[in-house]
Amino acid sequence: MGLLTLSGVTVRFGSRTALDAVDLEIAEGEIVCLLGPSGSGKSTLLRVVAGLQPPDGGRVALDGADQARVPAHRRGVGLMFQDHQLFPQRDVAGNVAFGLRMRGVPRAERAPRVTELLDLVGLPGAGSRSVAALSGGEQQRVALARALAPSPRLLMLDEPLGQLDRGLRERLVVELRGLFGRLGTTVLAVTHDQGEAFALADRVVVMREGRVAQTGTPLAVWQRPASAFVARFLGFDNVVPGTVSGSAADTVWGKVPVPAGSAQGERTVLIRPAGVRTADPAEGLRCTVEARTFRGSRVAVLLRPESGPLLEAECGPRDAPPEGATVGAVFAEEDVVVLPDGPGES
Amino acid sequence: MVLTRREVTAKSAKSAETAKSGKTATVAKTAEAAALSRYAGAKAGRRGGARPGGLVRLALMAVPVTFFAVFFAYPVASIVGRGLAPDGAWRPGRIVDVLGRPDLLGVLWFTTWQALASTALTLLLALPGAYVFARFEFPGKRLLRAVVTVPFVLPTVVAGTAFLALLGRGGLLEQLWGVRLDTTVWAILLAHVFFNYAVVVRTVGGLWAQLDPRQEEAARMLGASRLAVWWRVTLPALGPAVAAAALMVFLFTFTSFGVVQILGGPSFATVEVEVYRQTAQLLDLSTAAVLTLVQFAAVGTVLAVHAWTVRRREGALRLVDPALTARRPRGAGQWALLGGVLGSVALLLLLPLGVLVERSLNGPAGYGFASYRALASAEASGGTFLVPPLEAVANSLRYAFVATLIALVVGGLAAAALSRRAGRLVRGFDALLMLPLGVSAVTVGFGFLIALDEPPLDLRASWILVPLAQALVGVPFVVRTMLPVLRAVDTRLREAAAVLGASPLRAWREVDLPLVRRALLVAAGFAFAVSLGEFGATVFIARPDRPTLPVAVARLLGRPGELNYGQAMALSTVLMVVCAVALLALERIRDQHSGEF
Repeated sequence: MGLLTLSGVTVRFGSRTALDAVDLEIAEGEIVCLLGPSGSGKSTLLRVVAGLQPPDGGRVALDGADQARVPAHRRGVGLMFQDHQLFPQRDVAGNVAFGLRMRGVPRAERAPRVTELLDLVGLPGAGSRSVAALSGGEQQRVALARALAPSPRLLMLDEPLGQLDRGLRERLVVELRGLFGRLGTTVLAVTHDQGEAFALADRVVVMREGRVAQTGTPLAVWQRPASAFVARFLGFDNVVPGTVSGSAADTVWGKVPVPAGSAQGERTVLIRPAGVRTADPAEGLRCTVEARTFRGSRVAVLLRPESGPLLEAECGPRDAPPEGATVGAVFAEEDVVVLPDGPGES
Repeated sequence: MVLTRREVTAKSAKSAETAKSGKTATVAKTAEAAALSRYAGAKAGRRGGARPGGLVRLALMAVPVTFFAVFFAYPVASIVGRGLAPDGAWRPGRIVDVLGRPDLLGVLWFTTWQALASTALTLLLALPGAYVFARFEFPGKRLLRAVVTVPFVLPTVVAGTAFLALLGRGGLLEQLWGVRLDTTVWAILLAHVFFNYAVVVRTVGGLWAQLDPRQEEAARMLGASRLAVWWRVTLPALGPAVAAAALMVFLFTFTSFGVVQILGGPSFATVEVEVYRQTAQLLDLSTAAVLTLVQFAAVGTVLAVHAWTVRRREGALRLVDPALTARRPRGAGQWALLGGVLGSVALLLLLPLGVLVERSLNGPAGYGFASYRALASAEASGGTFLVPPLEAVANSLRYAFVATLIALVVGGLAAAALSRRAGRLVRGFDALLMLPLGVSAVTVGFGFLIALDEPPLDLRASWILVPLAQALVGVPFVVRTMLPVLRAVDTRLREAAAVLGASPLRAWREVDLPLVRRALLVAAGFAFAVSLGEFGATVFIARPDRPTLPVAVARLLGRPGELNYGQAMALSTVLMVVCAVALLALERIRDQHSGEF
């Protein structure tokens, strides 16, 4: 049995269903990331677990104990808010010590714990600083220290790095993962940034309109998206309906080879950009190069076929065709995925 | 009316903060994100608090609602009953009867036109002051701003006495030039300007100081002349604030009691004064009741217009930090304007107060503290009082203290209930809380007398009646001061505390209380000052052996004799000093905290 078990959790706001019978289980020490576009119910789910939002249906259990009648302040979970919500009238140490004070930890034990946590998050000696004087990254560290201080059995992070600039974010994700690993903390995080989720999580839960669209390891989700929605959310745009028979699928882009053992019949087919190679016009699907976007080591090339939607290809910087050129698109079987769900959904 | 000013101040302080933080791009981004998340938090809070929140709100509202029902609605309803159904049967015709009387029509007419004239005169004199305070930087500006505000919290009785000392019999003007104005309408108008100068300077000047000068510069760059800029850019932006200030001044002067009572003599009376005369002197309760209704209707109309303007004022104006817009005056014209404003402040606001102090010290036997000494014994007043007038100081302080406590509890609970967002019911409750400002104090006092005199609520003989009436006037100030601050406390801060293990009560103590502590102090100060100066209601219900300061001053003024006059001046000075000290303390608190919300 997991540390956290949600079964059939439903939340409605008026006529809108924010969470629709969500089931989720998190094991002790696991880092799980909820991933989804805004409005998919991720934050609501955190609030339900924290006890800030009463569910309209379903059950939340921590360590097997039903939490329906347990108010937020007795659940013993930590929540790091999206915008940190540091207490403005207290200094850094006052913020970090807050949870300890609420639990009646004596002053003499609080001070060393605060020092320890500030060291842990990389802000040694910042205890007497005013929270208003902190930068975004520092605030985030203080918020993390504050959430960790009472040693919650489950730590929840709501868009923990949302407000930080890219470089800082990428560095912090690595730091956080290392930190949680060392502490053995069970973590449930929410993000809309797939890169962040993949870097942080042991397991990713993709959400859509209040339901779980897919759950799995980052690698599994990346390699085999469960639906066209997940594929598109992960940034794949080459998603088309197709009829699979044998080792090829018939699509608007013509015959596309599929891996052996793919599901047969009316399906949705995903072609990763890496699987689209530009060749001589005579060789494959005739396309005009619409645009080129330089992405460091790779170049994203947008192709306009004679029929069907735009097609995205990925080339090395040297062999990317110039804009306006006519090329032939050839598909590589290993980068084609036949999605498990039926056609028509995109 | 102070209430709106407080609201404006709180609001502008907040926007100034936002503007300040917009200096660098990164900070601006954080602010924007914070604003967004605050919105999200509010959204979340509204959802989350739906079920248990309703119960809590009801519980919070119970005390204020009961308070207002028993000590406001019931007495006022009693008056309506007394006026329209004097012998048990409804006679709406009484309204027509009363309004048909030429003398009462005259009172109504005078009330209206003097209010209009006072408003016009106040705007004329105070708008240049608003500009100077908003846009010029000069030494002593802070002190002067505080000085300008002093008259505003002074009891009406003090203002009346001060102008009597300046313009009245044996006043400074008569001594110097043999001119007396105390039987003319000018005394009333000038006293009204004295009072309401701060309203215009604070309301209009507060906004003016925050209007982005770059708007005007942009218009200049597009080819507009100085005049065109003023007409097309500045005035439209200020318009709603000017209108709101004008309405507040109108409302205040329309229901003017103390000033007119003291300076009006037998020839001039506002509706408020007439209600008092009909009740206390002619004992014609039913006419008084009808007059009360008429005033209630008139004030209600004005308040409705006011509410409408305030709503319109909440348009999207780009506001900036006031410190960025003020600069030293340049050129002869601007220095002349500054000089003119300082001169008019000295003449209109400082001189009357100065003369008041001078008169209090100037007895029949030359300068000295004779009048003050006379305050210490009951005999010296020639039978005006049963107790030494100085006891009024202790009475006033005691009453004001209790009234402040009541106002804080009732107003604090009401503000807490209102700060939890909710529907129409709560908005109606909000409006109800503001009503005591619209209904005249005389009505409330009168209502207390006729309604609270039978069991189980026979409070006529109880001392608590006075603080209760004073608290009624104080509650709106408390609510208006607390509400913006309570609303500004992010729901998610409370949630953060809850997740860290704080119970709802603990979260309130740890999160809300530290944030609102200063606002609570400011609200207490306002309630205290208002209670201290309350005259209209107190004059009805204060017992003869327990007069408050304003009541004692008025009673002394009502008696002939050099000594009584001197004592009235001395007692007024005492009242002025007490109020000014309270206000200056308040101003200090506000200045320290203004950066926080």
